[in-house]
Amino acid sequence: MDFFQVFIELAQSTVRVSTPLILAALAGLFTERAGVFDIGLEGKMLGAAFAAGCVAYITQSVYMGLLAAIVVSVLLSLVHGYASITQRGSQIVSGVAINFVVAGSTVILGEAWFKQGGRTPALSEDGRFGTIHLPFADALRDVPILGPIYSGLLSGHSPLTYLAFLMVPASWWILYRTRFGLRLRAVGENPGAVDTAGISVIWLRYRAVICCGILCGIAGAYLSLSAGAGFTKGMTAGKGYIALAALIFAKWRPKNILFACLLFGFLDAFAIRYQGFAFPLIGKVPVQLMQALPYILTVILLAGFIGKAIPPKAGGVPYVKER
Amino acid sequence: MKKTLLTLLATAAMSATAFAADIKPAIIYDLGGKFDKSFNEAAYNGAEKFKTETGIEYREFEIANDAQREQALRRFAGDGNNPIVMAGFSWAAQLEKVAAEYPDTKFAIIDMVVDKPNVRSVVFKEEEGGWLAGILAGMASKSKTVSFVGGMDIPLIHKFACGYIGGVKSLGADYKVLEAYTGTTPDAWNDPVKGGEIAKSQFDQGSDVVYHAAGGTGVGVLQAAADAGKLGIGVDSNQNGLHPGKVLTSMVKRVDVAVYDAFMTAKDDAFKPGINVLGLKENGVDVAMDDNNAPLITPEMKAAIDKARADIIAGTVKVHDYMTDETCPY
Repeated sequence: MDFFQVFIELAQSTVRVSTPLILAALAGLFTERAGVFDIGLEGKMLGAAFAAGCVAYITQSVYMGLLAAIVVSVLLSLVHGYASITQRGSQIVSGVAINFVVAGSTVILGEAWFKQGGRTPALSEDGRFGTIHLPFADALRDVPILGPIYSGLLSGHSPLTYLAFLMVPASWWILYRTRFGLRLRAVGENPGAVDTAGISVIWLRYRAVICCGILCGIAGAYLSLSAGAGFTKGMTAGKGYIALAALIFAKWRPKNILFACLLFGFLDAFAIRYQGFAFPLIGKVPVQLMQALPYILTVILLAGFIGKAIPPKAGGVPYVKER
Repeated sequence: MKKTLLTLLATAAMSATAFAADIKPAIIYDLGGKFDKSFNEAAYNGAEKFKTETGIEYREFEIANDAQREQALRRFAGDGNNPIVMAGFSWAAQLEKVAAEYPDTKFAIIDMVVDKPNVRSVVFKEEEGGWLAGILAGMASKSKTVSFVGGMDIPLIHKFACGYIGGVKSLGADYKVLEAYTGTTPDAWNDPVKGGEIAKSQFDQGSDVVYHAAGGTGVGVLQAAADAGKLGIGVDSNQNGLHPGKVLTSMVKRVDVAVYDAFMTAKDDAFKPGINVLGLKENGVDVAMDDNNAPLITPEMKAAIDKARADIIAGTVKVHDYMTDETCPY
């Protein structure tokens, strides 16, 4: 097969695989930049995927599903916020607790409501996000080079995928070009200074946590309403943790997040496609090695090739007004 | 309050006596869970059939992680359950230990051989069912490229793949079969998103029929096939109805018969330990035909699989078993 065609197909697969990672990593960006560490991305995504699957099935409306996903994810975020901002508990413990509670309760609720072993019933066309075909995609398919890129790579994705990619510049703009963003970043570095300026640290952190919930909700909805057709237990399969790794890898910056997630997505897509494929010179690469490749690369790159990843200074520390 | 408690106690005592008269069968499912629409669900159906026919209640348990295996098994054996059926090859190591400790309890394990005097091992010739599925896939394919998505990368799943590849290649050497596995950990049975992505990548490479042996992951594979207008092939249970008209057939493995049989023979005191191999000849495996896939099956296809089935039963066609030497000659 033509090399260029293969490249387009791989790129397309990469985009699909990276979408939930980008959304979840951006979600983590908002809270961590405000000084609240969040291990619970995985749990929020899973909870959102479950809510989306249930509501989309019952209402037969994909938008109600998306809304439910966001609501559930924001509620879980607020639980995390209440434990770690208001009650000044350990942010790590609260995040892990959310992961466990969601992993268990989605299966129990799903089993109680639908009796399919924690799975939600398969969604029909109305209950899922279709793909958006950009105008002229079919007409331009035969144009050399640009045609396949336009109709193969840019067109034909879920609306949530376009949203995820738009959220990258949007997040950058919010964090670096608005007053809210400036304060949000400041509260993650030096909450005392923000408090001195007369701005509520608590309320600011709560807003950051809500932003995180919204983005995690969209990521979860993507899994059950777009990539899949319904919820399956444990369907996030560690994507929340990979997003967290991508966030650290990207040194808490929106543009880097995009590239980190695309890299992880590409490695995944590559491993899927070239399983058991005999490469010239190397020969057949064992499946196990292919599947371990993303993780090996993460370790190597994190071991010093990207420089030091410095987290926000006040990250993980609850704010106490007066000691 | 007191009265309710008393009534509760009374019913408990009564049901206990009723129980003691009969056998106390139990079944333990594997990680995919009872309603995976596939392997474990077939086991569940067998147990349910036994319950409706005999009225004997059975105990069941779905493990949530590998660490629970030995605990669950020992608990069931300790409580006097007999026989105990385990669905899944992963139980072998634990069963080996527990079976020796409870020599009077009868055990049955599906998909694995455990050599103990009180254990019945039921294994299937998945390669024979896969061969038939491969013939159907090859005949339905327009691109002469078909594919396979496995769950966890283990010899048992390669056995499914090998028979399938053999069946496809029996139609002609110019057929191409793509083969991929979801992962190397038990999570690979429950990742429909990745399953769908693998299927899409195979469609990009020209495949137009995809066969999965991936438990819960396979739900995503069949979904991707239905979305892309390609054909999927189900496994273990009859999955033709998941996407009517988009699932070519299902390689059914009569796990339900194996479970039902273990319970039933134990009830009639005729439970025989030893190895029980179920192939096409014993009706242990087959390709599912029903109203959902009837429009997809042409008379030529039907004739081809009928011939292949007869050949395999007669022994003129021998399908290679991957597990014997861990290679696939096709």
